[in-house]
Amino acid sequence: MRETLLEVSDLRVHFPVRGQGLFARPRPLRAVDGVSFTVHAGETLGIVGESGSGKSTIARAILRLNTPTGGRVVWLGTDIARLSEHALRPLRRDLQIIFQDPLASLDPRMTVGDIVAEPLTVAEPELTREARRERVAAMLDLVGLSPQMVNRYPHEFSGGQCQRIGIARAMVVRPRLVLCDEAVSSLDVSIQAQIINLLKRLQREMGLSLIFISHDLSVVRHISDRILVLYLGRVMELGPAERVIGLAHHPYTAALISAVPVPDPAVERGRPRLLLEGEIPSPLDPPSGCVFRTRCPKAQARCAAEVPALVPRGTDEAHLAACHFPNI
Amino acid sequence: MSTLETPGGGRGRLIEEAARVRGRSLWDDARARLLANKAALSSLIVLGIIAILALFAPLLSPYGYDEVMFDRITIPPDFSRAHWFGTDGLGRDLFVRTLHGARVSLAVGVVATLVSLVIGVAYGATAGFIGGRVDELMMRVVDVLYALPFIFFVIILVVIFGKNFILLFVAIGAVEWLTMARIVRGQTISLKEREFIEAARASGVGTFAIIRTHILPNLLGPVVVYVTLTIPQVILAESFLSFLGLGIQEPLTSWGVLISEGAINMETAPWMLAFPAAFMAITLFCFNFIGDGLRDAIDPKTR
Ligand code: SF4
Repeated sequence: MRETLLEVSDLRVHFPVRGQGLFARPRPLRAVDGVSFTVHAGETLGIVGESGSGKSTIARAILRLNTPTGGRVVWLGTDIARLSEHALRPLRRDLQIIFQDPLASLDPRMTVGDIVAEPLTVAEPELTREARRERVAAMLDLVGLSPQMVNRYPHEFSGGQCQRIGIARAMVVRPRLVLCDEAVSSLDVSIQAQIINLLKRLQREMGLSLIFISHDLSVVRHISDRILVLYLGRVMELGPAERVIGLAHHPYTAALISAVPVPDPAVERGRPRLLLEGEIPSPLDPPSGCVFRTRCPKAQARCAAEVPALVPRGTDEAHLAACHFPNI
Repeated sequence: MSTLETPGGGRGRLIEEAARVRGRSLWDDARARLLANKAALSSLIVLGIIAILALFAPLLSPYGYDEVMFDRITIPPDFSRAHWFGTDGLGRDLFVRTLHGARVSLAVGVVATLVSLVIGVAYGATAGFIGGRVDELMMRVVDVLYALPFIFFVIILVVIFGKNFILLFVAIGAVEWLTMARIVRGQTISLKEREFIEAARASGVGTFAIIRTHILPNLLGPVVVYVTLTIPQVILAESFLSFLGLGIQEPLTSWGVLISEGAINMETAPWMLAFPAAFMAITLFCFNFIGDGLRDAIDPKTR
């Protein structure tokens, strides 16, 4: 078994939302409600879910960009969910993030060199200016940008190049885990492939772990070793990528898979489509029992009464699903 | 990992070369756009001329600004005796006095604006970035100060400290920073949500370092625009106070004082009003044109 880097258990992130009316008490918005998973050294965990499923909130909670309301985030044996910002600082270099919007995630008034150097100045303040320039140049080279670009500004680059700069910034401190929050969603399909290949290559060369978050299952399946399917802040299914895709236990996963188009038109036409009806319910007021029951084609009375536990349903111990009536 | 480590000579040379490749910053773009704006460019030139005239006023005319000549009371513009703008009721040369007034008015405008800038930016950026209760408290204080009538405030200050020059800066600066603080706070709050701030926080950059390296440089655009629009407001405020007799005292003068005197003698000696009023109007116009030009140049999308 490989070393466990990150262990998230029963993570909850609730935001207080002020109610209507003068004396209404604030109600909790359950963005993430009891999520548990682990990340091992060198692996890629994919997190899939629609917008509003809480996937970005998970990433932000792990990095403590927002504060978890409950649960534990254990990084190499230390629970970082309750650590003070000061105590957290030395650990921050191990955990980095790549954002969705490449241009928005780069300060428009800073040069590329300064942007990539910024995490270094925090993580290794003892570096000389020369050494820092050297590291930045090497990193730019590694992500496929010319080191000559250090004095240029983000608005002079294309989306794909900006994302490479974002990747360089995340990787320059040699982190152990990088969270990619919809890191390719705003890029063209051909650029997406380049960026994913770059991430894979860097992962191999630097021995990183990745958490790859996306709403797009077809992207996640390409890069992930394991996949976690999220719905309304709860885990629906979690298991090895090929098993989750090939033998989806959960009706929600099955619906997501059927929504991914197949390249072959003949197969595509003949395929049954499981269309999901309705909208994702409000996390202010989630359905009782199984949160997916309002849109589930297989829902029965028991689904409203009892919350399904996330347990192995099939033959593989590592393949978990939260459903009373799984497809096995 | 080896790729990260190699300090190779080839790369060293590349870095050297890279240092010479300069990107176009947003400021370079903004400068180009501003210089292409005719109204703003000519305003800059006119303002520059006024500033230079004000600075070298004593060299341009044989008369002193407080030199009283009883034999030359209230004469209209007279080129033969170098009274280009005429003289006032005490026989002082109006050209020199107008330019001296320009010194005072511009100095008050710039200094009081700088005072408001420093206080307003520090206050607004702190409130906006920390947010929550601190923000609420800080902005309530601003609201309360806003509610104080300006003139009332100045009169109290004058009563307590007596009339003096410094007081004028303090009084005007103390009022103008409130708006600056509100603008900066609003901008900071919207900046704070941007992803590059989150990226900095995720790297462990401290709060004040984030304010210094990310928030302030990005605030600069709107702040610069607001500053150019504040200067004319301050000049007007000073004139207003001087007009009421609460500002600059004789024999020192400012545009406000000159206009106030000119207004009294409007029917008998129109030049006493016309010249200072024209200078002030032109200056105010120039600042407004520059402010507009800067706004378009710095953020062309919001036009
Ligand atoms: S528990 Fe019931 S509602 Fe939920 S996914 Fe399974 S079958 Fe559907």
